[in-house]
Amino acid sequence: MKKLEAIVRPHVLDAVKTALQEVGIVGMTINEVKGFGRQKGHTETYRGSEYKVEFLPKIKIEVALADEMVDAAVDAILKTAKTGKFGDGKVFVSALDQVVRIRTGERGEAAL
Amino acid sequence: MRKELSALSSITRNRLLRSFALGAGIAVGVFALRTLAARAQEPSPSAAAVAPAVTEPAAPAATTSTAPVAAPAAAATPRPPDPTGAITGTAADVPVKDPANPTVTEVMETVGHNKISINIVWTLLAGFLVMFMQTGFAMVETGFTRAKNAAHTFSMNYMVYPIGMFGYWVCGFAMQMGGVGAVAALGGTAPLNSELVINLFGHPFGIMGTKGFFMGSDVYDVGVYALFLFQMVFMDTAVTIPTGAMAERWKWSSFLCFGFFMSMFVYPLFGNWVWGGGWLSQLGAQFGLGHGHVDFAGSSVVHMVGGMAALAGAMVLGPRIGKYTKDGKPVAMPGHHIPMALVGTLILAFGWFGFNPGSTLAGTDLRIAVVATNTMLAGTGGAITSMIYMMWRFGKPDPSMMANGMLAGLVAITAPCAFVTASVSMLIGAISGVLVCVAVFFIEGTLKVDDPVGAISVHGVNGAWGVLSLGLFADGKYGDGWNGVPGTVTGLFYGDARQFFAQCIGTLTCAAFVFTSFYLFFKLVDVVIGNRVSAEVELAGLDLPEMGALAYPEFEIATSTGGGGALPAPTPMPAPAAAPAQAKG
Repeated sequence: MKKLEAIVRPHVLDAVKTALQEVGIVGMTINEVKGFGRQKGHTETYRGSEYKVEFLPKIKIEVALADEMVDAAVDAILKTAKTGKFGDGKVFVSALDQVVRIRTGERGEAAL
Repeated sequence: MRKELSALSSITRNRLLRSFALGAGIAVGVFALRTLAARAQEPSPSAAAVAPAVTEPAAPAATTSTAPVAAPAAAATPRPPDPTGAITGTAADVPVKDPANPTVTEVMETVGHNKISINIVWTLLAGFLVMFMQTGFAMVETGFTRAKNAAHTFSMNYMVYPIGMFGYWVCGFAMQMGGVGAVAALGGTAPLNSELVINLFGHPFGIMGTKGFFMGSDVYDVGVYALFLFQMVFMDTAVTIPTGAMAERWKWSSFLCFGFFMSMFVYPLFGNWVWGGGWLSQLGAQFGLGHGHVDFAGSSVVHMVGGMAALAGAMVLGPRIGKYTKDGKPVAMPGHHIPMALVGTLILAFGWFGFNPGSTLAGTDLRIAVVATNTMLAGTGGAITSMIYMMWRFGKPDPSMMANGMLAGLVAITAPCAFVTASVSMLIGAISGVLVCVAVFFIEGTLKVDDPVGAISVHGVNGAWGVLSLGLFADGKYGDGWNGVPGTVTGLFYGDARQFFAQCIGTLTCAAFVFTSFYLFFKLVDVVIGNRVSAEVELAGLDLPEMGALAYPEFEIATSTGGGGALPAPTPMPAPAAAPAQAKG
C-alpha cells in the first residue's frame, strides 16, 4: 500500500479529483495549505506600502491506495494538474504500513 | 433503497397536496370576504342622505379648537378613488371657518403650517439617512482592519451611537445650539435663546449655548426636537471617525471616556462657534470678514473635528505592533474584508444625501437640488482621481484608496456644496482624490502616525480642504443673509478675499482647538487608566480579551498579517481565565 500526497494549484482540484475517480480511487482527503517552492512569492502594495505574499495557497490531496494503482494515479494527476509553469506543485509517494476501516475493523487492502 | 425512496416521495406528495388545498381554501375565503366588503361599501341612497346631517353640526365646534380640522365639505360627498392623484388635496383640505368665504389669514396659516411641515419632515428624513451612516462607518472601518479585531472595531462604531447620543442629550446639544436663536426654517425654535458671551476688544464672542440641557421642558418644542435629532446624528458621525484611526489597539475603557468627552464638550463647543451663533460665525457681522466662517454641512464642524481628534488619538496611542520595520518603513497590514469596506463606502455616499441636502433644514429651499447633485459629483471626482493616482503610482487601483477617494470628495464638498457649481464640485472632488492619497502616504510614511483606515487623511485633511475651497470657489449665488450678513456668500475667485480669510481662521481654530483638547485629553487618560491594550492582547486580537466575543468564531483566523516577516511571532490566545483581568486593567 502507498500513500500519495499531491500539492496542486487550487483551481485544478476538480479536474484532479475527477481524473483520480476515473482510475478507480474511491476516497481522498484534501487540505487548504500554503507554501512556496520555485514559484516563490510576489510583492503587492496596500495603501502605498509594499508587502510580500510569500506563502501561496495550494491544495494538498492525500490518497491511500494499492501498490498497483500508483502509476495510474500519478499519471492522472500529471495530466490534470500540469500547466507547465512554476508553481504546479509536487506529488509525494510513500509506503503505508497499515490501514484500518473504523466502521468494520477491516485491515490492510480490504480497508482501502 | 427503492422502497424508501418511494415512501419518501409519497410523503412529499401528500404534503404538497395538503399545502395546495390549504392555499386554495384561503384564496377562496379572501375573495369571498372582499366581495362582501365591496358590497357593504357601495353607497346606498339612505347613507348619502344621512352623512351631511351628521357632519354639519360638528364642524363649527371643531374649528374653534386650535387643531387643524377636516373640512366639512370633504365628508359631504364621498370622493371616488383617485388613481392619478390629480384630485387629491384640494381647497376642501384647507381648514376654514366658512368654506364659502375663506379669509386670507386662514389660507396663509395653512400655507405657513405646510411650509414648516415640509421643512421638518425633510429635516427628519435627512437625519434618518445620516443615522444610517453609522452603519457605513462601521463597515468601512471593520473591513479595513484585521479579522482578529473585527468584533472590537465594529463594537466601537456601534456603541459610539448610544454613548454619543447620551452625552449630547445631557449637555452637548445645549452647549452647541442653546443660543442659536430662531431657526426660521423649523418654525423659529424660540426656546433656544441663551448664549454665553464674553466681550473682547469691544466685540462679543459667543462661547457656548446654555439652554436645552437634558432636552428639558423649557425646550419642549417640535422645531427644537427636530433640530436635536438632526444635530445629534451629525455629532455621532464626528465621534465615530477616530475609532478608525485608533482601531486594533485602543482600550475599550479609554474609548468610552473619549465618547463622552467628545459628544459632551469638544464637538458642541466648536459646533456652537460655527453653527450655534458663536464667535466664528460672527466674524462677518463683527469684523467684516465675509459671512464669517461658513460651513454648510460640516466639513470642519463634523469631519475636521473628527479627523483632528483621530490625529491626536493615533499619535498618543502609537502605531500598531509590526506597523513599522526597524528602519521606520511602513509595513502593509491589509484589511480583512474589502467588500464590506466598499459596501460601507456606498452606504456613506447614500447617507450623504441626508448630510448635505438636509443641512438646508428646509425642504422648501429648492437649493437642495444643487446641493445633492454637487455632493454626488464630488464623490465621483474623488473616487476617479484616487484610482488613477494609485494606478499611475503602483500599477493597480487599490480598492481601499478608491474608497478613501470617494469619501474624501464627499467630505470636501460638505462645506461648499450649497455655494458652488457642478463643475467646481467635480474639481473640488478631483483634488481631494489625489490629496487623500498624498496625505495617507505623508501621515504614514513621514509623520509615522499609524491610521489603519485613513481617517485622518479623509476627514481631517479633506475637511480642511473643504472649508478652504468654499472660500475660494463660492460663486455668490446663494446664502443671502448667511450668519446675519446681507449679500450672498462669495469666494476669493469670485471677488471676496475676506470670505477666504474667514475660512482660514475657522480652519486654523479647528485644528488648534480640537487637536490640543484631544492631545491633552488622551495624555490624561494615558496616566489615569491607559489608552492602549497590552502587547499580548494586541497580538492575539482584541476581540476576546476586550469584548469577550470573537467576530468569526467558526473560522480559524490566520495569524499572518501580511506583514512580510517584520512581525514578531504570533502569540497564542491568552487563556480565558486571564481575559477578564486584562479587560479591566
